Amino acid sequence: MGAAAAGEHVSGREAILGAIRTSLGARDDDAARTAVEVRLKAHPRNLVPDRAAVSDTAREAMFVSQIEATHASVARVAGEGDIPAAVAAYLAHHNLPAAATLAPDVAALNWASQPLLETRVGVPVESDQVGVTAAFAAIAETGTLMLTSGAGSPMTLNLLPDNHVVVLRRSQITGSLEDAWDRLRDHQGDAGMPRTAMFVSGPSSTADIELTLYLGAHGPRRLHIILVED
Amino acid sequence: MNAGPRVGLFVTCLVDLFRPSVGFAAVKLLEDAGCSVEVPTAQTCCGQPAYNAGDRRDARAIAENVLRAFEGFEYVVAPSGSCAGMIKQHYPQLFADDPVLGPAAQALAARTWELTGFLVDVLKVSGLTARYDGTVAYHDSCSSLREMNVRDQPRALLAQFEGVELADISDGEACCGFGGTFAVKYGDISAQIVGKKAANVVRTGADTLVAGDLGCLFNIAGKLKRDGATMKVRHAAEILAGMTDDPPIGEA
Amino acid sequence: MQPTSARFHDNVDKALRDSDLQTALHRVDKNFTSRRTAAVTAMPEFEALRDEAVQIKNHTLDHLDLYLEKFEENVTAAGGQVHWAATPEDARQIILDLCQAAGTRTVTKGKSMIAEEVALNPFLEEHGITPVETDLGEYIIQLADEPPSHIIGPAIHKTKEQVSDLFVTHHAKLGKTERLTEGEDLVAEARDVLRPRYLEADVGITGANFLIAETGTSVIVTNEGNGDLTQQLPRTHIVIASLEKVVPTLEDASTILRVLARSATGQQMSVYTTFSTGPRRANDPDGPDAFHVVLLDNGRSKLLGSEFQDILRCIRCGACFNHCPVYASIGGHAYGWVYSGPMGAVLTPTMIGIDQAHHLPNATPFCGRCEAVCPMRIPLPKMMRHWRAQAFDKKLDAVRQRLALRAWVWLARRPALYRRLSGLAVRYLAWRGRPLGRLRDLPFAEGWTASRDLPAPQGRTFSAQWAQRRRGNT
Repeated sequence: MGAAAAGEHVSGREAILGAIRTSLGARDDDAARTAVEVRLKAHPRNLVPDRAAVSDTAREAMFVSQIEATHASVARVAGEGDIPAAVAAYLAHHNLPAAATLAPDVAALNWASQPLLETRVGVPVESDQVGVTAAFAAIAETGTLMLTSGAGSPMTLNLLPDNHVVVLRRSQITGSLEDAWDRLRDHQGDAGMPRTAMFVSGPSSTADIELTLYLGAHGPRRLHIILVED
Repeated sequence: MNAGPRVGLFVTCLVDLFRPSVGFAAVKLLEDAGCSVEVPTAQTCCGQPAYNAGDRRDARAIAENVLRAFEGFEYVVAPSGSCAGMIKQHYPQLFADDPVLGPAAQALAARTWELTGFLVDVLKVSGLTARYDGTVAYHDSCSSLREMNVRDQPRALLAQFEGVELADISDGEACCGFGGTFAVKYGDISAQIVGKKAANVVRTGADTLVAGDLGCLFNIAGKLKRDGATMKVRHAAEILAGMTDDPPIGEA
Repeated sequence: MQPTSARFHDNVDKALRDSDLQTALHRVDKNFTSRRTAAVTAMPEFEALRDEAVQIKNHTLDHLDLYLEKFEENVTAAGGQVHWAATPEDARQIILDLCQAAGTRTVTKGKSMIAEEVALNPFLEEHGITPVETDLGEYIIQLADEPPSHIIGPAIHKTKEQVSDLFVTHHAKLGKTERLTEGEDLVAEARDVLRPRYLEADVGITGANFLIAETGTSVIVTNEGNGDLTQQLPRTHIVIASLEKVVPTLEDASTILRVLARSATGQQMSVYTTFSTGPRRANDPDGPDAFHVVLLDNGRSKLLGSEFQDILRCIRCGACFNHCPVYASIGGHAYGWVYSGPMGAVLTPTMIGIDQAHHLPNATPFCGRCEAVCPMRIPLPKMMRHWRAQAFDKKLDAVRQRLALRAWVWLARRPALYRRLSGLAVRYLAWRGRPLGRLRDLPFAEGWTASRDLPAPQGRTFSAQWAQRRRGNT
């Protein structure tokens, strides 16, 4: 089968589907279609590990201990008003310049309370060293952040700057991956999936050289979570 | 003649040709435990060489011979995880499409045991009276581990002995590299694999290497001897039956 | 990539003599096995999850056409486009057309075994487009002009010194002339070198660990974040994936993800697990304008319903490689093509033919560890035996071995003759083994005796002694 004449791409699809149907052999087509429709519509949960079914407090502790184990750091603050100070403190602690690029989702926080911290809102440029974004949810089971794309959350801000600060509210921590999907479905309603749902379980790393672990391969070298005790 | 279970001994070609003392040790262990043991004379091979070479037709012919020879025994016991595994796991697959031999193969498979598995799981042997002085490193054959569910049983039997100290081989579940004709067809790879196993065995500091399969034992012993190691190598049956008068494997 | 699987013995010889490779393989052996064991032990539901993962995949394969249609419907609904490539040539051409339409000079790539399978990179280069591998391991082997040697760690056969050499050679023209020796520094330099490439590419190509029918989503799993930069920054995102990557729902993908990372590296989840659906939405501040999925068949539709169907459950975790004594001895390149290790021994003959690839399913002692650790419970040894049966029928084995087998089988079916001849043979071998009780060499058995002694038989067969004992008793 060679390169495209106008009709041939269509026949690629028919050829493949036809070959699959031939291999699968005779079947009750209606029953098969129904089975597929039902599974997709109901999207039933399969087995969810026990550890994910814990109380709120236990969930928070599970999330924090697991993500800290991957060399991410977590700072707890009492309320939204404390976030800008926590960001400034983090930068100072790591001797980073007092400048951060903010996702629109966090732009309305009281950054004015940190006059020495230079902030900019929007997509990152190559020279940006710090990105501050908001999580959509977090998963206790594996110590994972769920970051989704949208008007207020440019995905490249989670990836390009070397230091990534994520704002997470305690109420956003779910038990399992399945819980997170349910939350997303509720939130998105008829809009369907966002362009990106990214699950982050630590700073960027690689073990491609002699199986030794190094941080900061391509994504952020540092991941810091500011956990708001709401 | 014992009134206990009627056992047909599957000798295995390696025991028959290379180390008959293992066969006699197996008979002793079974008879001491109350079994009446017979050795059907029509047996030669379990068919694994043909089966592994992709020669299904000949494998079936040989297997059919085994099905016939071992009809009527309550149990079929082999001093080898490899041959027992061939009968138990692969005979049913060989005859899956055969309406007569399929059920026969299933029936034989259900009655087939590796020796130490049989002694512990069926006969519940305890209080073995033999004695062996030394540190024993026990090597698990892949077929015992993965086809016959045998791992704890030989250790449980050895633990009944006075004087025996068991040593763990590091990376114990790793293959020794025998694999039947693989050891000759791809001898350089096999040598590399057995080199690692031999090094792990020597590192235990044990004075005796024991296993339930002669293929593994000949392979590892051959490597140990070539490297000048002084470890003794024996089949589990010999130790368990207290029949260690014959020289160890690879010695005179 | 041109297969060299037919030259297996030569490849093996070279691999066994390569001390750098042997050091690297030893490291792989020690590392991955213990990590997997720890991860599996820490999850009580692991076996049950394996069973569920198998059911999900089997159900999907039984309805593969329908799930692929649903996948396409949902990709389209989200603003993307699906292209169906029956052959590698089709896949390459489709991707080239998309790249040319995007007017791009360079293309960033996340790790994709399918891209290797269809030999995408050389084709793009022939047409004036430069592919830039962003996964560090893939980048290293791109510099070395070598194929991947392991399904998840393409450059694990390289030592740090070799990486230092590659970097100083290839990065000099970028003004980086210092030969770095610390791993951290090498990683940092790779990051620096690749950063501008990410930003200048107009097309990013990723593979997919899963394609989700429910939502028209592609999923990638990385630790570096390279796949994410590859699929977020350029204006066009192309996914290349084979048919059997499709799973029904987000929940189904979640189940299989739980066994994937644990089986591969012992992690619970890889650092970045990303679900991509269509191009950027109207109000998204960043993301690609176009999303394309190229679905590759290349023989997979024919594997359905065949005795090799179960290999379509493979999720490319690499656990079978990590636990295979053969892979641990010879590494990936010796297998001679894109897919190595136990899954490669089953899959490669389906693609390059058993005539060329017959050594792969043959060069194994059938220890069974691959099947034991496979999260998808794929009966790898059983399928290798199917290949051996085909190879036997085609007489692909060496003449000497076929004759030896014929002789053995012939005798084994004639017990009386077998006893007589074997009795003679063991008497001879026992004699040859004196005085030590072992033989140092034996004709036709050099494969054994080159590196091992052969313990001698005791001298009389069990059958002869047993018969004598019985005669004595009657």
